[in-house]
Order: sequence, then C-alpha cells, then structure tokens
Amino acid sequence: MNANGRARTDAHWPAIRFTVNGEIRTVNVPPMKRLLDVLREDLHLTGTKEGCGEGECGSCSVRMNDELVNSCLVPVLQAEGADIQTVEGLALDGELHPLQEAFLQNGGAQCGICTPGMLMAAAQLLAHRPHPSEAEIREGLAGNLCRCTGFVRIFESVAAAAGASESEPAKESVKEPKMEQTNHAR
Amino acid sequence: MSTHATTRIVGTSVPRKEGVDKLVGRACYVDDMEREGMWYGATVRSTIPRGLIRSIAFDRRIDWSQFTVVTAADIPGENIIQLIIADQPCLADGKVNHCEEPILLLAHPDKHKLREALGGVKIEYDPLPPVFSIEESERQDLIVWGADNLLKSFLLEKGDVDSAWARAANIVEGEYCTGGQEHLYIENQGVIAEYSAEDEVTVWGSLQCPYYVFKALRGVFDLPEDKVRVVQTETGGAFGGKEDYPSILACHAALLAKKSGHPVKMVYDRMEDLAVTTKRHPARVRHRTALDKNGKLLAMEIHLDTDGGAYATLSSTVLSRATLHSTGPYLCPNVRVRAHSWATNHVPYGAFRGFGAPQAVFAMERHMDEVAAALGLDPIELRRRNFLHEGDTNATEQLMREPMMLDQLLDRALQESDYHAKRSQFARENARNPVKRGMGIAAFYHGSGFTGSGELYLNSLGGVDVTPEGKVRVLVSNTEFGQGTNTILTQIAAEALGIEYSDVTMAAPDTNMVPNSGPTVASRTSMVVGRLIERASLQLISLLREQANLGATYTREEFLAACERYRAAHGELSSMCHYEAPPGIYWDDQKYHGESYGAYAWAIYVAQVAVDTVTYSAEVEDFWAVQEVGRVLHPVMAAGQIEGGIAQGIGYALYEKVVLADGRMTNNQMTNYIMPTAEDVPPIHVYFEEIPFRYGGFGAKGIGELPHDGPAPAILNAIRDATGVSFTSIPLLPEDLYAGLAASQPVEEPALP
Repeated sequence: MNANGRARTDAHWPAIRFTVNGEIRTVNVPPMKRLLDVLREDLHLTGTKEGCGEGECGSCSVRMNDELVNSCLVPVLQAEGADIQTVEGLALDGELHPLQEAFLQNGGAQCGICTPGMLMAAAQLLAHRPHPSEAEIREGLAGNLCRCTGFVRIFESVAAAAGASESEPAKESVKEPKMEQTNHAR
Repeated sequence: MSTHATTRIVGTSVPRKEGVDKLVGRACYVDDMEREGMWYGATVRSTIPRGLIRSIAFDRRIDWSQFTVVTAADIPGENIIQLIIADQPCLADGKVNHCEEPILLLAHPDKHKLREALGGVKIEYDPLPPVFSIEESERQDLIVWGADNLLKSFLLEKGDVDSAWARAANIVEGEYCTGGQEHLYIENQGVIAEYSAEDEVTVWGSLQCPYYVFKALRGVFDLPEDKVRVVQTETGGAFGGKEDYPSILACHAALLAKKSGHPVKMVYDRMEDLAVTTKRHPARVRHRTALDKNGKLLAMEIHLDTDGGAYATLSSTVLSRATLHSTGPYLCPNVRVRAHSWATNHVPYGAFRGFGAPQAVFAMERHMDEVAAALGLDPIELRRRNFLHEGDTNATEQLMREPMMLDQLLDRALQESDYHAKRSQFARENARNPVKRGMGIAAFYHGSGFTGSGELYLNSLGGVDVTPEGKVRVLVSNTEFGQGTNTILTQIAAEALGIEYSDVTMAAPDTNMVPNSGPTVASRTSMVVGRLIERASLQLISLLREQANLGATYTREEFLAACERYRAAHGELSSMCHYEAPPGIYWDDQKYHGESYGAYAWAIYVAQVAVDTVTYSAEVEDFWAVQEVGRVLHPVMAAGQIEGGIAQGIGYALYEKVVLADGRMTNNQMTNYIMPTAEDVPPIHVYFEEIPFRYGGFGAKGIGELPHDGPAPAILNAIRDATGVSFTSIPLLPEDLYAGLAASQPVEEPALP
C-alpha cells in the first residue's frame, strides 16, 4: 500500500517475477514502469537512488544478471526472470561487504547519494577483475558520477577492497594518510 | 590552550559518523520518505524572461477539482522570500522577472497526473524587454531592478592609487571572465511539508541551513517561532546550492500542504533542478596593475562585476567575498576595488562553494602570469617578491598577525611537483610534439567564517547536553551534507570531554531540538562552530567539577557517573555557548576596512596540463595542492574535501558550461552539462602544513571552499605555459581552445634567466 491508500501492486497488470538480493519477488505493475521505481516504490528498497533519470549519473546502478545496469533505463518487463542485486544485498548477516568496509575506512563516501550505485559498479568490476589496475578501476567507475570526492578516495577504496579480498578481509584500524603523504589514486 | 596539546581523537581519521548508514543504503534522504496520505506537488513556471501576466487559464479537459491549486493569493503572510533584501516573491504576482519563475503550484495524489496538468495551465503575458548581460545592465538604458539595476556595490580603498601610476615602471592591464556553474549535487532539491492546525508548518528537506528555511516559512505563513519546524533530512550534496533555494521550495510545498490538507512532497527532477535553481555568479574582472622597477606591486585597480540575476538573493554577500579575495595574497600599498553586482533577467544566481572567491582568484592569478610575462619575470619569482608576510597589512589594512608560511608552501609545491625541471623538459619537447605540455601555478587564500563583523551579528549558539542514556549530544543547527560536520563536531566534543568518539552523538538537525548555531556555509563549521563545541565541552567539565564531584583527572566511567549524579540532583545537564569574537577585531562595513576575516587558509596549487593541438582538448595530467588550513581535524576527510573541490575546480575551468538562450538554460541535462568523471580527474597530490589557529575548534581554520579557488587559474596558466597563448575566460572548451590557438600568434615570451 502506498501513502494514498491504493495498492502499489495491482492485479490488473500481469505478474512479473524476478529475484532481488536472493529473494524471489512478484510485482503486478505496468510493464514499462522503470525498474528503479519498482525497487523503490513497490519493494521499498530505497537504497537505490535517482540522480538524473537518463542514465548519465549511475546513482541507480544495480547488478542484473551479472551486468551493471542503470535501473532508470530498464523497463521492469525486461527484469522478468532476472537475478538482481542492489546495495541492500551487499552486507551479509550484519557484516559489511569488503567494499563497504573499504569505503568506510578510506573516505570513499561523503554525502552518500552516489554511494549505492558506486558500490554496485565496484562490485561488478571486482566480480570480473578481482585485482584491477588503476586504469581498470577508472573505467569500471566511469559511468558513476560523484560530485563530492573527486573520485580519488573511491579509487583507493576499491583498490583496498581488492587487496583485502586476498588477505584478511577485516581491518581494525582506520587507514591514516600521513600529513606528508601523497594522496593520489595509485 | 588546546591547540598544541597531544590529542587522542582530533587529528585521527575515525570512521564517518553516519558512514555505515550511507554504505548499506539505510540513510534516509527526502525522496526515501513517505508520510501518511501524502500528495505530490509541482510548479507552473514563467516561460518568458520578463513581462506582465495577462491571464491564467485552465484546460477544461482536466478535472481540476482533483487538484489543489495555489497562487500568490493563497499566501497567508508576506509574499516574500527574503535572504538579505525583500525583493523576491514566493510566487509571482502579476509580473515575472525571469524564465522559470514560479507562478502557480499544483498538488495531486498521483505524481503522473501532475505532469499532464502542468501542460493544462495556459498563461498569457504582455512581454517586457529583458536584460541578459552585465554589459547591458550596467549601461542602464533599460532598468529591470530598483532604480539603477544595481543589486550591490562596494568600494575598497587603500593608500592612493591615483598618484601611483606616474611612479610606475610598468603598468599591466587585463580582463578576465568566468561563467556560471551548476552545483550538480547528485541528489536534486526536495522537501516534504505537512500542515496541521495545532502544529502549523513542518518541513523535512534536503538543505544546508534549517534556520534560513525556518525564517522564510515564518514570513510567508506569518507564524510565531513555535509554529514552524524544519528538519534536515540526509542531504546528498549541496556545495552552496542548498543554502538559499530550499527556502523557496519549502514555502511552496507548505502552501500546498496547508491548502490540500495533505502532506506534500516536492522533489525536482534533474531537468527542473538544473533549469530553475541558483548557479555560481558569472563575473567580469578588470585589472590595472602598477609595478616598480624591482617588480614590486605599486598599485592595483580592480573593477569586479557580477551578473546577479533577477533578484538580490545572496548576490551582495557573494560580491563582498569576491571583493575581499580580489587582490590575492600580495602586499600592495595602493589598492582600489570597485565591485558591482548587476541585475539581469536570468534565473537568480546564488551561493556556490567559494562564494565569489573563485571568480576573483581566477582573475588575480591569471593576471599575475600576464604581469610576469610583461615584465620578463618568472611567474614564481613575481609572486615571491610580492607575497604577504606576518606583520604586513592586506587590502583592507588588516594586520597579518597570525604566523604565515606562503614561501614555505610555495617551496613545497615546487619541490613536490618538480615544477622547474618539468617546465624546462616540456619547453624542450613541445616544439616537436603536437601535444603541448605546461605547468601552471596559483597562490591564494580563503577567509574562514563570515566576513567582517558577520560572525558577531550571527551570534551563534551551540553546545552539548547529556541524555538519560548517558550519551553526550552535540546541539547545533549545522548540517551534514558530505563534508563531515557530524564527524568533526563529535570528535571535538569527545576530545575536549575526555571520553570516546562513540560516546558522542549528534542531535537531530531539527529546529525543535537544536539552537541556531548559524548557517552551514562560509567554511565556518570547523573553525567557528567547532570552537563553540570545544568551549561548551570545557564548560561542562567545570560544571561537573563544581557540582558533581568530577575529579581533576578522571576516567570515562567517572565522567559518565558524574553526569548521572548531576542529572539526579538537577535534572537536565547541558552546556551552551555563544560565539565570542577573538580580541582586537575591528571592521568598518561602510569603508570596507579592518579585519575582513578572523583567519585565512593559504594555498599554492600546481597543475600539469596537456593540450592536444590536433583535437584541441586540454587534459589536466597531474595536480599538486599544498595548503595551510590550521589544525587538520580529520586527515582523510580533509584530503577528501581538497580532492573534491579540485575536481569541481577542474570542471569549472575545462568542462562545465551553463548555456543560456533568451534567459533559459538550454543544456539542463546531465547528458550535456558535463562534469569531470572518474576518467577525467588526474592524480591529486594533497599536502597539509599545520599552523593551529588559537580561536578555531582545536586549532582548525576553514577548509571546504579553499580548494575550489585555485584550480582554474592554475590550469589556464599551465595552458599558457604549454601553448604561449593567453586564455582569459572560463569555461575553456575545445572550441574555445581552437578559436584561440588558431587565431593567436604565440605571445612573445621573453627569455627566462
């Protein structure tokens, strides 16, 4: 039910079934409704954000069948039978995903609005390139705009998560850049 | 004095206070919220830049009884959104002064129905001639605002400029122009408003300054303090763009909520946000500079003009900061700055990170390279000869009484960037390479906090209290929008109180719960508000020592036990402080004379740029940022502020163009308003030097705006170094590079020693 009392899913529309974060979900919504709106309005998964509505900013990025998609450009009918992962599906049993942990420790999130999409883009990248070069990180995140960080600390976060995945996953202490240190992406 | 003491928490990079919420998708931004029975709002806007509204008609094919329609006639109080001057209506009433000016508001339970209804409102106008440029406005042939189109002017004078020209060995003139810039926060502007007869108006929204919105709502609804409540929701970027505009949007949604009897959500889509909200002021700056035979500045005459748009908004204070940053970090005995902000029929311009300083610094630092070329001096040497030092006075004759280290910052920047070696290497290689490389520098400062006596007028109140659960809460109206307010203020309180970072929380940014500690603007949070929290914390310790037997030294547990004893005996436990100005502050608002800012952050930035003379693209290949910002409270976040500001500055210089046609932004989409992406931002090397400022929170000065001031001039200076062509306007897009490189013969470069 939405706020004005009408059901958000309506039996009038054909059922569309897909998996979100490992759970099978069925919605009865207009087939051309944006996947972004179905996630946010019908499934109440508001972690996925809208920034531009035209596939430029990547804030609405989710993983669908092992592809990174802008959910504002995907009519939900295309999600029939799909396996979808959103930011809500990253942390498992209350444990932050290594990427989330790395973003927390390295200053990868500031205002946080691009962060869910950025995390999904990074997750997609690491799924295919577990040890990406700096150029591969830049390319992997090129469809996701961040206006706060200048990307530098996001690159570092992704590199740190890639490094963490091969050794001990959890880091206890915060990474301290020395005052004298060079803070750049490499 | 705490500033040199060893600290446990301040100066360390603790995890961001609200970081986990943001990383797991739980942080609640306004568009993630719903209220019971909520409707949606939309705005009918002016389609012409200036004119009289002749008629408003409603398409009969739409059932308007399903909609709530609000016009200026529905406003219970004054139809004014006043930031500084009372000139901007909440809703246009009979006359419009810019495209996209709000005229009428609609609400409906179904947001899709609103889109259709917007097209069903037909407004006819009697157009009036508009003004679209500084040049047209200053001619005053056509008056579109007040008696003379002049939103604000300043005259700053030091020494005797007029008699200096005759003594000059060299006089160099230049004109520099900067364009508008969009904040491009990734979360668009949005609010939810609710109205009830008992509580009257409540607004939740994406905003920087809850008490600005509070003041606007009180005026528009004619309500006492206890009948208006403003709550900041998690805010997805702001950069100044959510300083002034949310006041308008909040009033609109609240008017619809009152009339419809439903909570109303208004969240702009990207096209509306880009078209209707404020941008950075376009500016034109003219320099005339006299130098003596030793290359020392003798006189500077500066004419600084901005396009303010159709209403006054914050144009006067932006102009003030531009004026006070226009002469650079240099010693000059004779200065005259004449500054004007002109009204046009553009969408009003407003606050944006740097707040006038980026425009002024661009002109000053580009001009310094032109002066150096005219004198046959190395640009580094010219700057070094003229730097301000401790004991000098700046253009407002403020005595530089704090320690300064511009020379050391410059040395560090040259060394880290390998400036001289790279410059000669590129000079050798460029002759036979279609890609021309160059090195450029900018030296600048940014004043922390409100200008002059501004902080005294604000009279900020902030503090801490202790909850029944034994948590210390920071009570301020200063907001988090990515820059780290929550984290640094809790660090400061935990440090000063001798407890753990996790023992301190932030009170909700809700005007029902927190005092007015001033707006979250002007690089004032760390320095001014941080100092308030440090003082309030120390005052709390004294109170507990006097009245709850807290020992001279104590453990965290003893502190919390003392809080509990105090609460058991006296009830609530809190400690509040008002702003106190550092001693010896004097400022004359009429003459623009005296202590213009309590403290300054200083910086030297170096850009390495490659210009491809086949494709006419310019790329920043590497960037070095050396700055002194007082004590660094949180190294990771501080570096994050610098890097983010530099990326925005690179966009300002090379990518971001607000294209206007007949007063309307025509590239109001992310598809064609281009900001730097992950592939465009160069490696950014950040270095801090620390001179703790004794009147800032644990020694901090301002940091947030500084990094936007330097990149544009450093980049264009590097392009001059690479190509020999002097470009004086930003944004500098490939078509501009083409025009300049094709048209210009390279400037005659005098041989360097």
